[in-house]
Amino acid sequence: MSRIPLPYNPKVMDLFRNPKNLGKMEDATVVAVAGNPACGDMITFYLKIDEAKQVVERATFESYGCAANIATSSIVTEMIKGLTLEAAWNDITWKKVTEEIGGLPSVKFHCGVLAVGALKRAIRQYFTQKKIEAPNWLQKEHTFEEKQALEEEELAKTLSKRLKPEAEKK
Amino acid sequence: MVENVKELLRLHEGITHEVYLDNENSSIVPKEVIDAMLPYYNKKAYGNPTLTHKPGWEAFEVIMDSFQRIANYIGAKILEEITFTPSETEANNLAIMGSCFAQKLKGKKIVISEIEPINVLQTAEMMSKFGFSTIKIPVNNEGFIDLEKLKDVIDKETILVSISSVSNELGTIQPIKESVDIVKSKNPQTLFHTDASDAYGRIRFNVQELNVDLATVSSYKIQGPRGMGALYLREGINMERILEGQIGTQKLWPGVENTPLIVGFTKASDLAFEKFDSNANKMRMLRDKLVDGIFGELDDLRFNGPKGDKRSPDNANISFLRCEGEALTIELSLKGVYVSSGSACSRRLLQPSHVLVAIGRRFSEAHGSILMKTTRAHTEEDIAYVLEVLPTAVNRIRGIVGSTGTD
Repeated sequence: MSRIPLPYNPKVMDLFRNPKNLGKMEDATVVAVAGNPACGDMITFYLKIDEAKQVVERATFESYGCAANIATSSIVTEMIKGLTLEAAWNDITWKKVTEEIGGLPSVKFHCGVLAVGALKRAIRQYFTQKKIEAPNWLQKEHTFEEKQALEEEELAKTLSKRLKPEAEKK
Repeated sequence: MVENVKELLRLHEGITHEVYLDNENSSIVPKEVIDAMLPYYNKKAYGNPTLTHKPGWEAFEVIMDSFQRIANYIGAKILEEITFTPSETEANNLAIMGSCFAQKLKGKKIVISEIEPINVLQTAEMMSKFGFSTIKIPVNNEGFIDLEKLKDVIDKETILVSISSVSNELGTIQPIKESVDIVKSKNPQTLFHTDASDAYGRIRFNVQELNVDLATVSSYKIQGPRGMGALYLREGINMERILEGQIGTQKLWPGVENTPLIVGFTKASDLAFEKFDSNANKMRMLRDKLVDGIFGELDDLRFNGPKGDKRSPDNANISFLRCEGEALTIELSLKGVYVSSGSACSRRLLQPSHVLVAIGRRFSEAHGSILMKTTRAHTEEDIAYVLEVLPTAVNRIRGIVGSTGTD
């Protein structure tokens, strides 16, 4: 119920106004979603992967969320372009994303966390979908960002359960 | 952070038309009001109204005149029933805390509606620290309170009921008279408070006709200066101060009276009531044009709150599905249209407007909600401009959402 001033920086505003790599990718190798519209925060990543080299060729996104959510999603798609899956997994952290975007108001840190959570989910999904044995660098337990994404989704479910169905409202 | 804001403001350079519709959260103060206020800073009545010199007596005179006018506008019997406070937040805090402390031997139960503004809701809940409990009356899908439920919960322990005359978010005009009758028939001792901030100057509101014991009004909500509100307290009702300090012309609120702001609030009231009907009709006409225009241009919308004469004439609250509200407010700002959203994108635990949740809106519907309020100062050109830029803004944000965000 509290409102907090949100002085977004020019880079966030630029990516909000002119998002890079926006939109659905028809020939994506893997698609991953994180978040929930109930939280007002949801990201879909589309990754085109060069399967021989295990390199991210292209990445695009769609985002239901605030300006910070849109901007962090967009910058993640830029940051991972050309990276090996291993590098994308190990080097892209929410802190790095926040840094790359020139900083975020603290209440918006979770936008970066959710974006990286969606990325890690996409990489993990690639190996399960393709039934490729997971490499050593892909840790079995969930990373911090994946855990946060799960937590947010669980929260959305709990909150939605508490809602009164509209049908009861006369 | 400040640098960022400078950059943000630079992005707005070149805007050709500006329309301020966020009158829920602040307002543009018209020149007549400013002109009325200015002399009271340094030309006259700059003294303390309780002191024995000319500037003090001048202040006393104009403050008494202001008490009288506000009393007249809300139908109070005598001017002593009015207390000026530094906004409706303080007036609502005073109403709840002051009456609970004064009535605490009679009972410990407070009853409010579940769509009260934050300054009522949280004040009532905070009273649990002092042993009071709060019961929230549910509302239906248009925001009208459940009168049966109200009847059920009032008992001899109930010392205070607080229900807004008009919902600040939904524009729902509550059946206050009926509510008061129900409450008083169950317990004549129970005090009835109404936050009338969104009724004052928009709909007919008279404390004696409604038979309420306490009522809050707000200056900025009728385009008066921020930092001024008032509480009506019916003569003879016992009430405690919630702040201590030097008492002047009013015994419920200490400190030096802010004469220029009192004058500004009074002037804004004069302007609102001078042509009351034509002002209200203009707000309604512009609001209807705005709403009809939006519904004519866009799909996947929800209209929040009632339609027709049970809605205040200024309020438009629309949920844009597949469109996140905070993003939309920024997009519209870059085009010179200023609105607010019921989205709760500024929290880790993202909870949207409790009012929209209370009327059964899904969270995603609440996140996409935009609240707009028209005033008599708006023009048809303003509304036409909003209708020109809003569909494009919504469509761009929906384009980013794509297939994501449908639940």
